[in-house]
Amino acid sequence: MIYFENVSKIYPDGTIALEGATLSIKQGEFVSIVGHSGAGKTTLVKLLLGEDQPTGGSVSFDSVDIQNVRAKDMPDLRRRMGVIFQDFRLLPNKTAYENVAFAMEVAGKSDEEIASDVPHVLELVGLSKKMWNFPRQLSGGELQRVAIARAIVNHPDLIIADEPTGNLDPVNTYEIVQILKKVNDMGTTVILTTHNRGVVEALGKRVITMDHGKITRDDMTGKYAL
Amino acid sequence: MLWTTLKRIIKSGFISFWRNGSVSLSAVFVMIVALFMIGSTVLLTAFLGTGLKDLQDKIDINVYLDATAQEAQILDLKSKIEMLSEVKSVTYTTRDMALETFKARHIDDHRIIQALDEVGDNPLTAVLTIKAKDPAQYEGIASFLEGKAEISPDALSVVNKVNYNDNKVAIDRLSKLIAGVRKLGSIITAVMVGISILITFNTIRLAIFIARDEIGVMRLVGGSNEYIRGPFVVEGILYGLVAAVLTLIFFYPLTYWLKSATQVFYGGIDLLHYFVANFVQMFFIIIFSGMALGAVSSYLAVRKYLTAR
Repeated sequence: MIYFENVSKIYPDGTIALEGATLSIKQGEFVSIVGHSGAGKTTLVKLLLGEDQPTGGSVSFDSVDIQNVRAKDMPDLRRRMGVIFQDFRLLPNKTAYENVAFAMEVAGKSDEEIASDVPHVLELVGLSKKMWNFPRQLSGGELQRVAIARAIVNHPDLIIADEPTGNLDPVNTYEIVQILKKVNDMGTTVILTTHNRGVVEALGKRVITMDHGKITRDDMTGKYAL
Repeated sequence: MLWTTLKRIIKSGFISFWRNGSVSLSAVFVMIVALFMIGSTVLLTAFLGTGLKDLQDKIDINVYLDATAQEAQILDLKSKIEMLSEVKSVTYTTRDMALETFKARHIDDHRIIQALDEVGDNPLTAVLTIKAKDPAQYEGIASFLEGKAEISPDALSVVNKVNYNDNKVAIDRLSKLIAGVRKLGSIITAVMVGISILITFNTIRLAIFIARDEIGVMRLVGGSNEYIRGPFVVEGILYGLVAAVLTLIFFYPLTYWLKSATQVFYGGIDLLHYFVANFVQMFFIIIFSGMALGAVSSYLAVRKYLTAR
């Protein structure tokens, strides 16, 4: 489903963020990518989202070369991926409900679908009581749940979670990971970048280890090898 | 689908105008200043234009005719003058009418009335009063009347005196002044409109700069450029609309306050009267400028954050 072929990314200032990275991820997998800060995890995610262009090699998603996608087709591609970030990236002037509904609106869903799906998905992440709260009225764990609800509401083929638990306490971390696991059990591919040893070991899924822009290990069952 | 999208964009624009209260308020205030500049320049130049037109209407040249001139000859001359393309109107004042007007003007001065009675006969001559379409054209008309241009000597023979040369300096100066004020007015309007566009554009650019992270999020969630830009444009239009309505409201007390000052200036009309009489025009100019400024500024300001993939 996802292929990185000999991908490298060198920034204009000479920083090597990725060097000869090759990996493939199959439909339905749950893959954790671990590594220290600056190991290249976020660069990998950015290349997959089309936010950045690789300097060499190619990145493909469902046989589509991401760097060759035209600007006007980018939104369609992004609607097939749900993204979750460490800093949540919710729209501050929209309620939890509206943040999730926004993802459906841009995908051109009807008002009826939005009215039935949004409460359902917010219930799934345990936020039905705070549906009408604004982001500033929610805790870190709650914000991340809204972000997850937004990411999964359009039933994407892939969920990319970039350090989703980085700002959360252990209890919330555990819960967020459980939700991601549930999403994966329903058949969605999940890519999780993290440097939380506990998370990786508890998952017991595939782990890719990165260091200085290179993939150093690829274990099929979870080990945090740093 | 298109209708649903449009509905969502408009709704989203309204919601974000309301929820970003402080940003909206500052943008509206700056736009009030901008629209106020546009509005007052338009109002003042238009008002000045009316004043100048009044002044221009007061300029004319008089053709004094021989006392012996026959009515038919005078009317013949009048129709010949009227045929000139530069002439706006020709008024014929008969000797009797001239006497009546003279008497009416000096009714309190019994010495003049007495002198008139002593003369016995009507000493005044018939007059043709000519108004040109443009003050610059009086020179041509005067030379026509002085026989320098083609005219039948028969008709011209009844002309006794043309008062153009007496007033030449004043007319020239006045017509230059009118042209100068018009030119200055349009330059000031252009500068004011330019400044207004600049300050509005920069304010909206700042407002959208504050929202740049949100634009990034919208793109990541899969929002198309049109869908992201739409609500910002709606918000820009709202800034303009609200600012325009407030500006129009502010104009009323302002023109009321300036009423007496401007009345002294021109005699007849005053600024308040002019504003009220031309309210519909002002309304459309201000509202349209506000909405267009807001929409175009937002469109351009968002574009910056939508160019990358």
